[in-house]
Amino acid sequence: MEKVLPDKSGYFGIFGGKFVPETLMSALKELEQVYNKAKRDKSFQDELKYYLSEYGGRPTPLYFARNLTEKLGGAKIYLKREDLCHTGAHKINNTLGQALLARRMDKRRIIAETGAGQHGVATATASALLGLECEIYMGTEDIKRQALNVFKMELLGAKVIPVSSGTKTLKDAINETIRDWVANVRTTHYLLGSCVGPHPYPMMVRDFQSVIGKEVKRQIREKEGRLPDYLIACVGGGSNSLGLFHPFYDDAVKFIGVEAAGLGIRSGRHAAPLYVGEIGILHGSKSYVLHDSNGQILPAHSVAPGLDYPGVGPEHSFYKKTGRADYFVVTDKEALQAFHLLSETEGIIPALEPAHALAHLRKMTKDTNKNEIVVLCLSGRGDKDVEIVKR
Amino acid sequence: MNRIERKFGQLKREGRKALITFITAGDPDLDTTFGLVLEMEKKGADVVELGVPFSDPLADGTTIQRASQRALNNKTKLKDILKLVYELRKKTEIPLVLMSYLNPVFKYGLEEFAKTCRMMGVDGVIIPDLVPEEAEEWLRVARLNELSTIFLAAPTSPLERIKKIAGKSTGFLYYVSLTGVTGARDKLNSNIIEALRAIKRVTNKPVACGFGISNPQQARKVSRYSDGVIVGSAIIDLIERSSTRRAILRNVGNFVASLHHKMVGDYNASRKTR
Repeated sequence: MEKVLPDKSGYFGIFGGKFVPETLMSALKELEQVYNKAKRDKSFQDELKYYLSEYGGRPTPLYFARNLTEKLGGAKIYLKREDLCHTGAHKINNTLGQALLARRMDKRRIIAETGAGQHGVATATASALLGLECEIYMGTEDIKRQALNVFKMELLGAKVIPVSSGTKTLKDAINETIRDWVANVRTTHYLLGSCVGPHPYPMMVRDFQSVIGKEVKRQIREKEGRLPDYLIACVGGGSNSLGLFHPFYDDAVKFIGVEAAGLGIRSGRHAAPLYVGEIGILHGSKSYVLHDSNGQILPAHSVAPGLDYPGVGPEHSFYKKTGRADYFVVTDKEALQAFHLLSETEGIIPALEPAHALAHLRKMTKDTNKNEIVVLCLSGRGDKDVEIVKR
Repeated sequence: MNRIERKFGQLKREGRKALITFITAGDPDLDTTFGLVLEMEKKGADVVELGVPFSDPLADGTTIQRASQRALNNKTKLKDILKLVYELRKKTEIPLVLMSYLNPVFKYGLEEFAKTCRMMGVDGVIIPDLVPEEAEEWLRVARLNELSTIFLAAPTSPLERIKKIAGKSTGFLYYVSLTGVTGARDKLNSNIIEALRAIKRVTNKPVACGFGISNPQQARKVSRYSDGVIVGSAIIDLIERSSTRRAILRNVGNFVASLHHKMVGDYNASRKTR
């Protein structure tokens, strides 16, 4: 059954909303209307399904990680293999959906932010497929860290625009994309990559990503004849985690979100707004944020560029506030160890983002027993990160 | 009736239009901001907007982004800006408007902020990332403290919506002259006159027009079809290019005087023909 979250104004409890310059309000309204219509439109859903399977490689396997399960000695571990999606991460689920919507709205120009570059590559890919013009904003710090993805975006015909303001990472790339959108809103669709931003983005991105959880539900029933006990995923903005969690909202399944503790929570250099942040307003919605005593947004830090963000999706804030999900943190160092662990035990090189979820899984398995089942969202593959890990 | 309403009332009676000048508080430091407010008033500004610096000013172009960054580098805080207003109130009765993104105000506490604004002598507040739909609580506490709630209307806002925005606005309605972020532009948006005429038909509230207005000719043109003109980035460009406080005050003062004379030139001409 479809959940009634968010409400009509785009709120998940007290979180969410539309905190944007007036110039964008009519575009958000249009997007909401077009999206709500497309949601019920069989021809749109069929087309999306076609691209997700024939082009994106869905459904992705739900893989029983026997070696890892034996090694950790607790619950049975299943990996949802989003790393096997076209472009190497779950991001394509959302970019195909939004690119199809943009075409419906007759907006021929796509802009997007990217941190790790995974969303940028997935956006450039969907744009190439559907013949849309594409420009990607990326912080200069991230351009340095993820050179391979920059090259890929350019190969796909996108223009990568370096952002050197502020912290030169994802947060500032979003600022710059919003500024572009404010100026070109009539002809341009902002293809936002996570469950953040003003309504309807958190809802829409979650819906497009929910294909992950829906598949897991079917697959785990086939393999185990029951639902899992735990779902676990890393949380940056929240798109892979909510994609996995949301379809299980009404089920007796524990949700575990893992944020980046960076160099350690006490160092102040982390990306854990749910764990230690306060309620604030960033990039169009009310949610937990990292800010100082004057309400200035603080720079985040994580070895995983996709988690390096001082905000988080409003639906996660709601899950935290209501206790629907539990949130934990994992340091850069622990994530790097988990990166090696999975590579060595299963022959799967994970991206550094889901390596955070793996690191927490490693810690929590001792509190689980062999009869329990945990599903971890392996949101992307690690090719992009080998340079970081080599250092 | 607060100072903004009185000022627009007075200007209307005189057949004049408001010159509203914007600077970022704390750029390059709060002492200069103090001097600039008084200097701009002396040279003809009718209302002064003080920008509260924010780490993520997503409605602003590069000029105001840099000003914001300079002010933050000086550790300019909202509470210091409120104190500055208190000090200014000992010297001037010019209407003062704060322009702040929502998060610093939210962190301060909406009600506490509104109360302090009133105590310190702020007359109105503009929050560029707060649309009326999200402003219920803000409207309540602002009304309670007699602060003008100035909302923005944009070229992408349908007229029906502008009517509603005007309904929630007090002091004046801020019409964004172009589809884009703040920053000086060589040319005005070609639809601006048409848009202002249409807006004046749906509201009796004063309408001030800003974004992109960067020279006296543009200010004069826009002021003919509105009740006021807001100039920001062009002033901040001068602050950025001036190397000493004296130079800042002189250059900004001269520029404000030139805006004022061009706008008042119209007023004097219309008085002669009467």
